[in-house]
Amino acid sequence: MESIARLLQFIPRYDALPGIVRALLPVLVSCVVIFAALAIAVLFAVWLERKVSAHIQDRLGPMYVGGWHGWAQTLADALKLLLKEDIVPASADRLLYKMAPFIVFLGAFAAFVVVPFGASSFVSDLNIGVLYIVAVGSLSVIGIIMAGWASNNKYSLYGGMRAAAQIISYEIPSTIAIMTVIIPVGSLSMVDIVNAQKGGIQHWFLFRNPFIFLAFIVYFIASLAEVNRTPFDIPEAESELVAGYHTEYSGMRFAFFFLAEYANMFLVASVATTLFLGGWTQIIPASIAPQLVPGPILFFLKVLVIIFLQMWLRWSLPRLRVDQLMYLSWKVLLPISLVLVLSVGWLAVYW
Amino acid sequence: MEVDYSGDVMTLNMGPQHPSTHGVLRLELKTDGEIVADAIPHIGYLHRCFEKHAENVDYPAVVPYTDRMDYCAAMNMELGYVLTVEKLMGIQVNNRVRCIRIIMAELDRIASHLIAAGTYGNDIGSFTPFLWCFRDRETILDLFEETCGARLLYNYNWIGGLMYDLKPGFEKRLIEFIDYFEPQVDKLNTLLSDNYIFIKRTAAVGILSPETAISYGVTGPNLRGSGVKFDVRKDEPYLGYQDIDFEIPVGKGEYGPLGSCWDRYMVRIREVKESCKIIRQAVAQLTPGDVHESIPKRVKPPAGDIYMRTECPRGELGYYIVSDGSLKPYRLKVKSPCFTVMSAFREVSRGTMISDVVAILGSFDIVLGEIDR
Amino acid sequence: MLNYFKNLGLGSVTVLKSMGVAWRHLFTRSVTLQYPTEKWTMPERSRARLFNKIEDCIGCGQCVRACPTNCITIKTEKRGKDEPEIFASDGTAIKLRTLTYDIDMALCCYCGLCTFSCPTHCLTMTGEYEYSVYDKDEHIYHFAKDKLATSKAPKEKVDIA
Repeated sequence: MESIARLLQFIPRYDALPGIVRALLPVLVSCVVIFAALAIAVLFAVWLERKVSAHIQDRLGPMYVGGWHGWAQTLADALKLLLKEDIVPASADRLLYKMAPFIVFLGAFAAFVVVPFGASSFVSDLNIGVLYIVAVGSLSVIGIIMAGWASNNKYSLYGGMRAAAQIISYEIPSTIAIMTVIIPVGSLSMVDIVNAQKGGIQHWFLFRNPFIFLAFIVYFIASLAEVNRTPFDIPEAESELVAGYHTEYSGMRFAFFFLAEYANMFLVASVATTLFLGGWTQIIPASIAPQLVPGPILFFLKVLVIIFLQMWLRWSLPRLRVDQLMYLSWKVLLPISLVLVLSVGWLAVYW
Repeated sequence: MEVDYSGDVMTLNMGPQHPSTHGVLRLELKTDGEIVADAIPHIGYLHRCFEKHAENVDYPAVVPYTDRMDYCAAMNMELGYVLTVEKLMGIQVNNRVRCIRIIMAELDRIASHLIAAGTYGNDIGSFTPFLWCFRDRETILDLFEETCGARLLYNYNWIGGLMYDLKPGFEKRLIEFIDYFEPQVDKLNTLLSDNYIFIKRTAAVGILSPETAISYGVTGPNLRGSGVKFDVRKDEPYLGYQDIDFEIPVGKGEYGPLGSCWDRYMVRIREVKESCKIIRQAVAQLTPGDVHESIPKRVKPPAGDIYMRTECPRGELGYYIVSDGSLKPYRLKVKSPCFTVMSAFREVSRGTMISDVVAILGSFDIVLGEIDR
Repeated sequence: MLNYFKNLGLGSVTVLKSMGVAWRHLFTRSVTLQYPTEKWTMPERSRARLFNKIEDCIGCGQCVRACPTNCITIKTEKRGKDEPEIFASDGTAIKLRTLTYDIDMALCCYCGLCTFSCPTHCLTMTGEYEYSVYDKDEHIYHFAKDKLATSKAPKEKVDIA
């Protein structure tokens, strides 16, 4: 955000603007920048998902829109959704129904404030960065419950209830898995965590010790449940609940839910990259070569690897039933993550 | 049946339009949270008056109508009807017709079980096997298309013979396909059947005990999944099945109680491999001949009635024909296996969860066209 | 207790195996046919659009009797004794003049029974499958000579490509 503030100085008579405007303008501009970047990234992710799923299923996927392998397909879909009729069900709770998609999106969008894309490419370096992400990330549950209830549809209600149970259950193992990374670093700030992994692949937390490797797997599985991806997509189980909590939404509201899901995917992938894969730092060890590829690009590539992993899992596994999902969270992931945190703590003290 | 509902019971309608009720089936679920207290099926949305139509057209013209009952395995539907009329008229077909009928019936059994496996994976949440099964099914449909011109509704089995003879080179292409296909079944097993998540979803769910199955009159893979070794092809052989060497796979309760969804699903997958064996033997038994040899000029069966049953991919298909000696049937009644299985559905799904209801319905492998006729 | 770890291990192993099978499929050839730029060659015996070579039709009405859905309508009148004798291409004498020969393709069930019952084989099923219309009435093909030009019926048999 400092770089944006410096850029804004070039506006003529910038100093004549009132103080409050000068304080808020960088924030607004960075929000717009992040939203634009997120929208483009989501566009790309949806296209990638369709292509990956198509090739796993022996077909081709989008090929037509935009020329080369249908890269503009998502753009066309977004335009189509914009043109659709905006339906609010007759007996739905109007205010909640309209607010729900935005709250769900908010939960993903607001957390990007602390994610460091590069050495100085971040909006804000909160010293409680990780805590902030965990806290804001749970906002989306409220949005989902609102959507489920306000649609006045039994299927949506089911979807909303299941989603609420699922998301809050999986927050715990995911947070504990994050704690295993905090222990070696000693700080909750995302920028500090990335700086502790500078210098190449051997410094990444993923390879520092086997407990953090297992913590990465635990975090990955828990984060899949946070974003409602198969095998944990019970809230939007297409074959059981038609579409779960977003059954009644059409047009731009549905597009917002879609955007929110993929933004969430990007968020958990970004957090996984920052915490375990070294964020924007280089892959090749520093003794061989300095960082040549710019930070944001390397960051995006690493995030893409995680997202590809998520998509691969989605298209090869069936989905878990609700009680099996709960069993996995409380009886498998939680004990394992507790053991891992204790082990990492013990290692930190005695090594 | 009166059921005592306890707690707050909400009625959820898995209505006629739903992604996973294989057709237009309405399931009225009375749910208490996630547990289903009662699941009442309502059928009749696809009723097309097949039996009434059959009274108004000639015997040969009923065959296209029988296709459309179970459209996923049309060859078997036609076969049942044609064998019944031939039995009534006392027509004997030659060896070539017999072998080709066996080949087509077993190929359609494979095609139907591929649909069952693919859509079952879809219901459970795994979208990939669906596409892989359909890719293999396309080759089967291409084989059908080059023989009789149609991919789904064939009108191929005629009373007294067949519509067309096989094209030259058909046997070679068929054996090539079977050779390619058998390893694909193992790949499907690695992806879906042996997957731990799939087993957890299906292996303790939808237990249909052998006694319940027999008392409801369930037949086919649903009965064999409960461990009862009963197959019309072995117990009342027709078309010379007694001369063909094949096994009847039954459910063994490998991953849970006997008679679970996994057992029924696995019986179908194993049946596919057995059908490949049958096809190879039928191709070996093929002799040259004329397939139009025994087709009568006008089909006028003697007055009387007859019932004949065959094994279609979904169970025991029965045709009861009453003839009054004229060119049109007086009465044609079909005993549909999916109809009997739906009657057992209510009891099996009581006390399970909503996700399990979907799993049970998928494991019964129903086709609404056959239930409603 | 042991069961817990056994299930955990079994779960992870089978999940990884499924993922492996899916990974290998990322690199197999797609089976998609890019219709409409690429089209499938229809086999010789395809049962799609009906075509009637009206010059060979003797107006016997066998096709009407064979059809399960009553989609063929024929109106004929006897040719006068003084009119010149005409023959179908296989030599059968044509005794009736076909005034109306309508096939309603919207009712047709594509069973092919009419083509087998035709004595002169003038009624055939071709491999054409792209003949959708916006008005259902245009699906009624008028094959009789004077009405042929105005209907959407095929005027000649298209060779299977």
